[in-house]
Amino acid sequence: MRGLDIRYFVRRIWMFFLVIFIAASFNFLIPRLAPGNPIGAITSRMANASAGIENGQAMFEAYRKRFGLDEPMYVQYGKYMWNVIHLDFGQSLSAYPADVWDIIKPAVGWSVGLIGVSVMLTFALGITIGAALAWKGTPRIVRSLLPLTMIGGVLPYYLMGILLLYVFAFTARLLPMSGAADSSIPVEFDWPYVQTIASHAVLPALSIILTSLGTWALTMRGLIVNTVGEDYMLLADAKGLKKMRILWWYSVRNAIPPQVTHLAIALGYVVSGAILVEIVFSYPGLGYQLYQAIVNSDYTVIQGITLVLTLSVGFSVLIIDLIYPRLDPRVTYVAESSG
Amino acid sequence: MNTTTLPLVKPDNAGSTIARALRNTWAFLKENRMFTTGALLLVALLLFGVVGSALMDLKAADMGTNPLNLAPTWQYPLGTDGFGRNMLAVMVYAIPNTFKIGFLAGVVGVVIGTLIGLFAGYFKGPLDTFFSTFADVMLVIPTLAILITVSAYVRVVTVETMALIVGLLAWPLPARVIRAQTLSLRERLFVDVAKLSGASDFDIIITQILPNLTAYLAATFVGAVSGGILASVGVEVLGLGPQTIPTIGRTLYYAFQRSALFRGMYWWWGPPVVTLAIIFSGLFQMSISLDKYANPRTKSGSGG
Repeated sequence: MRGLDIRYFVRRIWMFFLVIFIAASFNFLIPRLAPGNPIGAITSRMANASAGIENGQAMFEAYRKRFGLDEPMYVQYGKYMWNVIHLDFGQSLSAYPADVWDIIKPAVGWSVGLIGVSVMLTFALGITIGAALAWKGTPRIVRSLLPLTMIGGVLPYYLMGILLLYVFAFTARLLPMSGAADSSIPVEFDWPYVQTIASHAVLPALSIILTSLGTWALTMRGLIVNTVGEDYMLLADAKGLKKMRILWWYSVRNAIPPQVTHLAIALGYVVSGAILVEIVFSYPGLGYQLYQAIVNSDYTVIQGITLVLTLSVGFSVLIIDLIYPRLDPRVTYVAESSG
Repeated sequence: MNTTTLPLVKPDNAGSTIARALRNTWAFLKENRMFTTGALLLVALLLFGVVGSALMDLKAADMGTNPLNLAPTWQYPLGTDGFGRNMLAVMVYAIPNTFKIGFLAGVVGVVIGTLIGLFAGYFKGPLDTFFSTFADVMLVIPTLAILITVSAYVRVVTVETMALIVGLLAWPLPARVIRAQTLSLRERLFVDVAKLSGASDFDIIITQILPNLTAYLAATFVGAVSGGILASVGVEVLGLGPQTIPTIGRTLYYAFQRSALFRGMYWWWGPPVVTLAIIFSGLFQMSISLDKYANPRTKSGSGG
């Protein structure tokens, strides 16, 4: 009897909540365990800055109350967790009454767009190049050119970003040097606006694509080579299927599930790399906001952004895990009782 | 070509002489050209830093000790930056620091990861479930996110603190690799033999299982050093991490902050970029060639 293994889905969702819980706990504990009571220092600095002359102590107490620091630790912890679930990360310290989430929100779109497009392009290109490298029918010239894609593979994304910026934006002046859109072009969904967004995104996206392409192509090639000895390949061959059909529907099809698993594992690394790319190009995503927050010592914004980064990686991994059974149906079925 | 298998070390081999160890090392280096090239790149860079520190007056790496914004000349081979620091002195100072962070972080991460992996894999049970789940969660959370939060609050002063923090976050991957291998090794015959002859669990882990993990330890160590350098430089580029000691990441941070790129000051951002490219390509070559010992896979794909 083969049945759907519901434990697979339960375990993935449980893992997702565990990721949120542990990441939020780190965020809660780090400032409170750090030497020199940084939160106390911040609140007293704010109290001094705003009051200074009279009622200094009362002001300090008011701030402590405002941030809930007068309550016992477990109450603070519970409240913190409750707020995190509601995407309430408190208020910015450098732009005081502004909500952290309101500062972060506009940046999320830029980051998700940049990283999403780059990752998908890398994935698709990596699979195609890997397949071309493994396939016997690829012309020799193409085959000898393809390893060139691996040159960038050893660099961190932002180093590639610096080089691309220097060559194509600073020296050749072909593409814009910084930002995500030309501010002189009105924000409307029309051709000039799309054009400016695309031209600003080319170099940041290329920094991610060029550095990660090689590894994807290489593992893809290995996975395809591994399918050569399999029985289903022999069968496909015996049936007299066209070479191209065998390549795409038998070799590549069976090499994709492990690649998707790699993607889920690599996602945290990609996001870490991408936030530094944003700083190189002053791209207004989460990475650039983070940089600004660090410059302004805006602790609540720093923590909000790092938590949002973790949440988005955790969420993306969850999505990948949940659609994975569509790619590899074996994982959600209980094995035959004899096995 | 990919059929090299893990060299099984017998415990009674422990008494081999130094000469033999040297001969083995030499044979290994000769056989693995890629590993040797990578290692030589790193050694050359490290020598540049160490010899340079001995020959140069490192005061030249302090702010305001030289004229500002000079392009490279004979007197200043790498020019000076916008703070009047001699870039050659800065690089000479920064390179050993970066190696130190990577090396220490790698040691801390691999030692913690190995201990957890060995014990979780050997004893299994609830301890294993706890640590495996924890490691899986930590692998999803981007290390850089936690590192940034920590270094924003803990004013990191020394290179050693930085290395310790990075290392404490580097254990999950080694733990997972070592655990997986321990799970398979504990079922082998020689472990049963040791058990029957009355060896304690601790003895078995140290004398029977650990020696068989050498290839994996080496591979995860190179990986951890690479990850440690990547993470620490990333934190430094953001303006966190050691504030007063020159590091490669912090040099890049200043270069960004002062728009060295847009001012055409290639001698400011160039040296750290080239240095990092050498470090990462060296480590990459080492890890690629260790991979064939750590992940022996035949062409038919029946690895493991």
